[in-house]
Amino acid sequence: MVRVTSVDGVTVIATESLSKRFPRVTALDRLSVDIGPGVTGLVGANGAGKSTLIKILLGLSPATEGRAEVLGLDVASEGAAIRERVGYMPEHDCLPPDVSATEFVVHMARMSGLPPAAARERTADTLRHVGLYEERYRPIGGYSTGMKQRVKLAQALVHDPRLVFLDEPTNGLDPVGRDEMLGLIRRIHTDFGISVLVTSHLLGELERTCDHVVVIDGGKLLRSSSTTDFTQTTTTLAVEVTDTDEHPDGTRALREALHARGVTVEAGSGLPGAGHILLLTAQGEETYDLVRDVVADLGLGLVRMEQRRHHISEVFTEDEQRKEAAVHGS
Amino acid sequence: MAVEQPLPASAATPGDQTRIHNIGYRNYDGPRLGRSYATRSLYSQSLRGAYGLGRSVKSKVLPMLLFVVMCVPAAIMVAVAVATKARELPVDYTRYAIIMQAVISLYVASQAPQSVSRDLRFKTVPLYFSRPIETADYVRAKYAALASALFVLTAAPLIVLYVGALLAKLDFADQTKGFAQGLVSVALLSLLFAGIGLVIASVTPRRGFGIAAVIAVLTISYGAVSTLQAIADAQNSTGAIPWIGLFSPVTLIDGVQSAFLGASSAFPGAAGPGSGEGAVYVLVVLGLIAAGYGLLMRRYKKVGL
Repeated sequence: MVRVTSVDGVTVIATESLSKRFPRVTALDRLSVDIGPGVTGLVGANGAGKSTLIKILLGLSPATEGRAEVLGLDVASEGAAIRERVGYMPEHDCLPPDVSATEFVVHMARMSGLPPAAARERTADTLRHVGLYEERYRPIGGYSTGMKQRVKLAQALVHDPRLVFLDEPTNGLDPVGRDEMLGLIRRIHTDFGISVLVTSHLLGELERTCDHVVVIDGGKLLRSSSTTDFTQTTTTLAVEVTDTDEHPDGTRALREALHARGVTVEAGSGLPGAGHILLLTAQGEETYDLVRDVVADLGLGLVRMEQRRHHISEVFTEDEQRKEAAVHGS
Repeated sequence: MAVEQPLPASAATPGDQTRIHNIGYRNYDGPRLGRSYATRSLYSQSLRGAYGLGRSVKSKVLPMLLFVVMCVPAAIMVAVAVATKARELPVDYTRYAIIMQAVISLYVASQAPQSVSRDLRFKTVPLYFSRPIETADYVRAKYAALASALFVLTAAPLIVLYVGALLAKLDFADQTKGFAQGLVSVALLSLLFAGIGLVIASVTPRRGFGIAAVIAVLTISYGAVSTLQAIADAQNSTGAIPWIGLFSPVTLIDGVQSAFLGASSAFPGAAGPGSGEGAVYVLVVLGLIAAGYGLLMRRYKKVGL
């Protein structure tokens, strides 16, 4: 994989005490953040200000206060130039059912300023890249949710932008569709060389896809760090094992064995199959190897070992706990 | 590097000698034609769409049918005029659209919601505004497209009449003048009807409501106005007739053309407005067109993303 990435010191998006106040709510509160090339996750609960931020960055909604730049262009004065170089995939449905994907994407390419012949050629290319083949000539009304999401993604990429905003692209997809979409998002950067800002309310799925994660809550910046920092502190493994004759309670045997090796393990209470699931914090690759070896030594069957998908609220509580711990520690 | 994607087996039919190579992602470094080109593209797409071109077969039926219905009477008139060697056409150029107003109303009612309600209903509007075009470009493109479509609908039968009149060897100067007056009149009508239709349609994302509302506004206003005019005529208050005519789109156009475009009025007793009242008619028509445009702008300022 050739990474067309991380030119040092290049900033794709920069905001400086950016605020947006509506009569009743403050959607963004002095948000200052710098985002470089690559795939960046924008995480926040519903109503955290993600969509408002995208609107401001597209130059469609003026900020109440502060300033922002996208690709070095000022959002307040150069909105049209930004929108020519940026793609946008909305969260909601936005496709007319009675036209084919090809017709629709060609039209959208022309709306981005591509001449007719180039629009057709880019449409064929882009639809193929997002994984739509023969079905692209059929009316969109008959598509599955996953195919519709691909068309939405294609219209955001058809004019070869330098940056795309993807608003909740995995919404409404089943687990397989979700993984495919996340893989596609990863490829947008690694293969196409396009930077991505992707929003989600699920931190877990972004951890695996993004180079960098920005967490906002109530319009405030909660945290901005590269995903490697994130995963070190937040990846939790869920492990489930079988019982054997030798170890009638396999779960307990594994817990004791892991304890002996200095790994703190919690029982996964409150989860489906509680009592049979152990939760442990992964410190990196070694943890996976350790669990594998311990399970093998005990002769247990490993039913599953998976990264738990975090809900954003867990990050907040963990953050608070850590702060408290820091206060008590000092 | 590109991830090779195997093409589905169905794509490679046996005996097909052409091979498709996946050459990975290619960047686009050709021209980007910007805002005015995008606006023109939206205009031509909407204009074609108003006749169902580039859309499903089903959506071609109604506009094409109305177009034919609009032209057939003109063709019959011409045929009669040629056959009977008449001295003049049975209907004035300016009168034709007034006679066929039901067809025009039906066309506006069906195509105005098609043009704007779909974008609202399927939330396609945000996709437009995330591109270089601005609210004003969208409104202008949609307005111009529907007005042009209406002009095509209303001017085509006039062309049929004109060509027929020339074939029947009617007086050239006379016919050309009437034809030109007719074109001005239907141009004004197209702008006015497009504005009214789009404003109503842009309020509702539901196409059905849009169709019903446009038909209601156009026919009820005409029905009410012509009834009142008939009553005024019966009571011999002829002076009130032109003023009542200000309250429906069709009678507005009728008033303007009978005052300035040499048309005979279709009002009861042919009591069309004089040039003083006619000026008011022109102002009201222009005011309504401007108001339609202004309302659309206001509406789309709010739609945004």
